[in-house]
Amino acid sequence: MSKAAELAALIGSQTALSNRNLIINGAMQIAQRGTSFAGLGGNAEAYYAIDRIKHLSGGTSAGRYTATQEAITDLAGFPTALKLACTTEDTSIAAGEFFGISHYFEGQNVQRIQKGYSTAKSLTLSFYVKGNASATYTAELKDTDNSRINGQIFNVTTSWTRVELTYPADTTGKLNNDNALSFALNLYLHAGSTYTGGTFINGTWASEVQANRISSSNTSFYDSTNRTFFITGIQLEVGEVATPFEHESYAATLQKCQRYFQKRVFTDADAIWVGANFNATSAYGVIEHIVTMRAEPSGAYSGTLADYKYYSAANTKTPSTMTINSRNSENSSETHIDWSGDLNSGGAGWLRAVGTNAFVQLEAEL
Amino acid sequence: MNITSARYKNDPVSGKENDIIIAVINDTEWCVPNNAPKNSHYAEIMRQVAAGELTIADAD
Repeated sequence: MSKAAELAALIGSQTALSNRNLIINGAMQIAQRGTSFAGLGGNAEAYYAIDRIKHLSGGTSAGRYTATQEAITDLAGFPTALKLACTTEDTSIAAGEFFGISHYFEGQNVQRIQKGYSTAKSLTLSFYVKGNASATYTAELKDTDNSRINGQIFNVTTSWTRVELTYPADTTGKLNNDNALSFALNLYLHAGSTYTGGTFINGTWASEVQANRISSSNTSFYDSTNRTFFITGIQLEVGEVATPFEHESYAATLQKCQRYFQKRVFTDADAIWVGANFNATSAYGVIEHIVTMRAEPSGAYSGTLADYKYYSAANTKTPSTMTINSRNSENSSETHIDWSGDLNSGGAGWLRAVGTNAFVQLEAEL
Repeated sequence: MNITSARYKNDPVSGKENDIIIAVINDTEWCVPNNAPKNSHYAEIMRQVAAGELTIADAD
């Protein structure tokens, strides 16, 4: 397509020239939870090495893999990618098995799609991908509010390739305008006959039928311990043209990710929070969230209680319990510690990190 | 989501029962707000409880 035609297509589709990528962290820049996780797989779904990329895994597959934020030098403009590497193969695929990665969207963030309206928009998905060998996988868009799906296959080679897939508009099923899950991008790398045994949906929107979701030509990522899958530069945008990836600053992407997950890492003697002694053996403090979170988060302290110390009126106490209470909101979390021995009730104090193992994490993922 | 244990915890200030759920999820101990359906940890705990796959222990 010529540049003039590309521009005309952009204008014609009313595609925004900025903020057009619906994916957060598509360039795989942010990895707050850590950059490498091993022994993944089995019947577990969670977020691992890359923020906003959820790992889907179901059934009883013996397949296992590692996930890493990989530094790459063979794709200009993209210094990081998500790398998946099979470490335990599974060549006997049970019917109910599946494995893949997803990006979940809040309904209020995908209203521009106009799904369910007569003016509904087409969507174009693009990403860079490579592997250890050729492979075919399935890229599915799912409307979780109305249980509608649309999947297409894509091919992987041993060199970086930009996959570009356009999904037609869907005039059936409006998306809820709220902060709950409404829409998902699912990339399936392994699946059993429960999901591949029907007539593959192949580029059309339809009500969800499990057997039609994934192509029967799907490669199994677990077919060999040589199998790898690299991906970066994921973009989902309104329109029928895959525009260049919309890069953004590290800070901007980090803030977007922190709506769903925040990890605060402390070094020795860093202050974690300031609080007050509720009585002689307990205190409360507040952690202000870095950005407003999607919902009331869960909270977790890292390490052991010895990684923390409470200071009050020239005394120090190692906590005997630490919790993040339910009087949390999207903007702050109340925390509570206990200790043995007495401090002045009503006195002020602050919690400090001891050593370098202390961190607090807050999660409000979809 | 691999949830290996869950128990309620009362609030020592107000005495409110079952204030939070202490749950080990994917090998990390999380303080999960109770009655927070938009929290995905809470939603999954309740799904597993309804399916008979998980029991939330009483508070100490």
